[in-house]
Amino acid sequence: LKKQGSDSSPASVMPALPEPIKDLKIKYTKIFINNEWHDSVSGRKFAVFNPANEEKICEVEEGDKEDVDKAVKAARKAFELGSPWRTMDASERGRLLNKLADLVERDRLILATMEAIDGGKLFSTAYLMDLGACVKTLRYCAGWADKIHGRTVPMDGNFFTFTRHEPIGVCGQIIPWNFPLVMFIWKIAPALCCGNTVVVKPAEQTPLTALYMGSLIKEAGFPPGVVNIVPGFGPTAGAAISHHMDIDKVAFTGSTEVGKLIKEAAGRSNLKRVTLELGGKSPNIIFADADLDTAVEFAHIGLFYHQGQCCIAGSRIFVEEPIYDEFVRRSIERAKKYTLGNPLLPGVQQGPQIDKEQFKKILELIESGKKEGAKLECGGGPWGDKGYFIQPTVFSNVTDDMRIAKEEIFGPVQQIMKFKTIDEVIKRANNTTYGLAAAVFTKDIDKALTFAAALQAGTVWVNCYSAMSAQCPFGGFKMSGNGREM
Amino acid sequence: PIPLPLLSLQIFINNEWHESTSGKKFPTYNPSTLEKICEIEEGDKPDVDNAVEAAKAAFQRGSPWRQMDAPSRGRLLHKLADLLERDRVILATLETMDTGKPFLQAYFIDLEGCIKTLRYYAGWADKIQGRTIPVDENFVCFTRHEPMGVCGAITPWNFPLLMLVWKMAPALCCGNTLVIKPAEQTPLTSLYIGSLIKEVGFPPGVVNIVPGYGPTAGAAISTHDNIDKIAFTGSTKVGKLIKEAASKSNLKRVTLELGGKNPCIVCADADLDLAVECAHQGVFFNQGQCCTAASRVFVEEQIYPEFVKRSVEFAKKRLVGDPFDARTEQGPQIDQKQFDKILELIESGKKEGAKLECGGLAIEDRGLFIKPTVFSEVTDNMRIAKEEIFGPVQPIMKFKSIEEVIRRANSTEYGLTAAVFTKNLDRALTLASALQSGTVWINCYNALYAQAPFGGFKMSGNGRELGEYALAEYTEVKTVTIKLSQKSP
Repeated sequence: LKKQGSDSSPASVMPALPEPIKDLKIKYTKIFINNEWHDSVSGRKFAVFNPANEEKICEVEEGDKEDVDKAVKAARKAFELGSPWRTMDASERGRLLNKLADLVERDRLILATMEAIDGGKLFSTAYLMDLGACVKTLRYCAGWADKIHGRTVPMDGNFFTFTRHEPIGVCGQIIPWNFPLVMFIWKIAPALCCGNTVVVKPAEQTPLTALYMGSLIKEAGFPPGVVNIVPGFGPTAGAAISHHMDIDKVAFTGSTEVGKLIKEAAGRSNLKRVTLELGGKSPNIIFADADLDTAVEFAHIGLFYHQGQCCIAGSRIFVEEPIYDEFVRRSIERAKKYTLGNPLLPGVQQGPQIDKEQFKKILELIESGKKEGAKLECGGGPWGDKGYFIQPTVFSNVTDDMRIAKEEIFGPVQQIMKFKTIDEVIKRANNTTYGLAAAVFTKDIDKALTFAAALQAGTVWVNCYSAMSAQCPFGGFKMSGNGREM
Repeated sequence: PIPLPLLSLQIFINNEWHESTSGKKFPTYNPSTLEKICEIEEGDKPDVDNAVEAAKAAFQRGSPWRQMDAPSRGRLLHKLADLLERDRVILATLETMDTGKPFLQAYFIDLEGCIKTLRYYAGWADKIQGRTIPVDENFVCFTRHEPMGVCGAITPWNFPLLMLVWKMAPALCCGNTLVIKPAEQTPLTSLYIGSLIKEVGFPPGVVNIVPGYGPTAGAAISTHDNIDKIAFTGSTKVGKLIKEAASKSNLKRVTLELGGKNPCIVCADADLDLAVECAHQGVFFNQGQCCTAASRVFVEEQIYPEFVKRSVEFAKKRLVGDPFDARTEQGPQIDQKQFDKILELIESGKKEGAKLECGGLAIEDRGLFIKPTVFSEVTDNMRIAKEEIFGPVQPIMKFKSIEEVIRRANSTEYGLTAAVFTKNLDRALTLASALQSGTVWINCYNALYAQAPFGGFKMSGNGRELGEYALAEYTEVKTVTIKLSQKSP
């Protein structure tokens, strides 16, 4: 997997893959406020499940409005003028973030095992990719901490004017279940780098790695109240955050449907600033002059990575007519090569979907594809008798009006459609309310740069897919989001 | 301080230690004891040529250094900072032996600055961004901020390691390779860092160190046709020669950090204790051997006698002695040449009619120690008011009005730093705008941090070190313009 791009320098060689920890003990299951662990105010707990076998891993304290209130109070106090966090040198904030990266590196095996068990994520992917991205992102943001510059401005009249780029304040951050740890880091790293304090609500399906991070944050030496973590559900804890009158900004990664609710709540309450990373139905455009093997491989990984549960999934593949049949043939071959099973085991290439709700939704969309006349090339149904596994599925002869061509599936289902001309495919690619990512495969410089300009997407990949790095901004056009991360 | 391990005393090229081509060596002395510490391989033009060849090869397209991801360059700089932290006592000890600066200052100030500067630039490595630019007509246009190539760095003897890190950190951060010539008086810490560079894992040829003399090794660097940029910290006199040589040879890019005759303006409404102490440290720090030395103290008339009285008290209390003694605040001057020059300027002060308030001569028969010296009733035409002394001598003059002091402060070809002591906001900001200095300190002195750019107006230098601004001195901008068949949005 070349998701992060190749990195062959002596200073950062890919680590060798160890074995996941057997019988991982889950130590942190409570609410993290002021560097301490708290029971929920209500006394309630909720269960966390392993989607590979549907078994309960443990129970976690269930945060609700009162717990969010406590967390916000702690975060507000930690943000007071004169507090240790506000008076800390900017470079020292950077030191703490680097220290946190060191601790994540130290506990890489624990975190990767936990992420695989909680999220159904392939252990090898979690260890090499997710954890690698976490460390790099923390170090990238650590470097920015003392480089956040304002400007002096030549104003008219007898005035001296300069800008300060101040921290916003208390930031609420709502994290999804598809990349629980990476998305946690994508939110806290820039927030802390700029001097904010945070109240984080991890997804109810996958709270464990976030809670473990609480222990590392305390160990790294962040002052109490700077990071607070409240596990719980969206309609309770999540809504408490988006409606809170004393939270200055909310950042959310998740579905467009919930993103809209959050922005509404922000408007209705205190006009808190909002950034959103939402869904996508990203077009992947393959020209006849592309390197076909490369295109097939990137299109495949671009869709099937992490069981299709990626906001950037290349879920509308437009292939230029002359190579369409060959492209479909090779894509089917590629999809058939999969071993499904326990994501902790080596040799497994696909794990389960995250939960029953997603599982049912994906199967329903697959059925709609069959009903609406797409050609099912392989897969098309569930797999195994335990866990939420779905066979890798490929549809060809997909037309733009089908549900599988319009709705975000978030599963291992690949749609391949045909196109004739550039203008046609630009129109079709842009014909969606989404706009997160897009890709074009061609050797022609003119085509590549034309598409880079014409596609309404926050990221456009040329001759690659999913190439991301902490240095590059990421975010959506239109209803794929507001604002940029990284 | 601790007993020292085997020192690196040779020329460092391609991560290896080499003897000099000529076979010559040169001695380095401890200015406190006047004893020879050891002998160092003496680099000259052939050694510089070898170093440049190595640096050029390390910079080739496709080399490990050129191929390395930017964040990895940053990791290497962080690791180098870690090693400086690990070997902090060794480096501070070497620096004290070689320069005579008090050990505690080397440890807490020089080494602290080195470590923080490395970490600051480690953070910039992967944030050096070009721009995309909306040009007219059917073009895609963007800039790349590329490394310049082989950078020559010639460093001084007053803050040997710190001045080296000020150049090395941004140079490496931006992806350049280096050929360094440390001052002949103080090569030890620069050579030690060669061993750390190798230990950290910088590819061979990225950093090369050639100890030697200015007219030989230094001139070889400034005239070299295969060096793309030169950075120099030292005297204005030599800085001019370097810029000339750069122009005559291959138009290599030049940054210079040169001398200063820095005004320190104390207004009547200042916090007097603060001003006296800052002005004192400002001129006497590092035995007066700072480009930032507060060597023209302008005091508003009303508080002049009191200011002089308190300054003399401070100067008389200043403890001069063995730099390894924890109580010492001032060590020896660096060498006989500087020592003689300072005493000569002191004599000129006496002759030209300044009032000698204290000090004014050397401390013992043997040694390079000079008594902290204060002159009052100094006028602008005196040599001690015009020439950079680079010694423990504080000239204090009087002023009446703000307009007058602005004019007098700016009447110099130097322009490195300035300081203002006042509680009045308007006066502070007016002076900050009016003074022709690269840095203006308000109610403080020598407040230098990796995040803030530093450099001189006028003949105190060209370009800036530190801060984001230094990156511009170590990158070359390339504009790429691509034709499209149609106009794109």
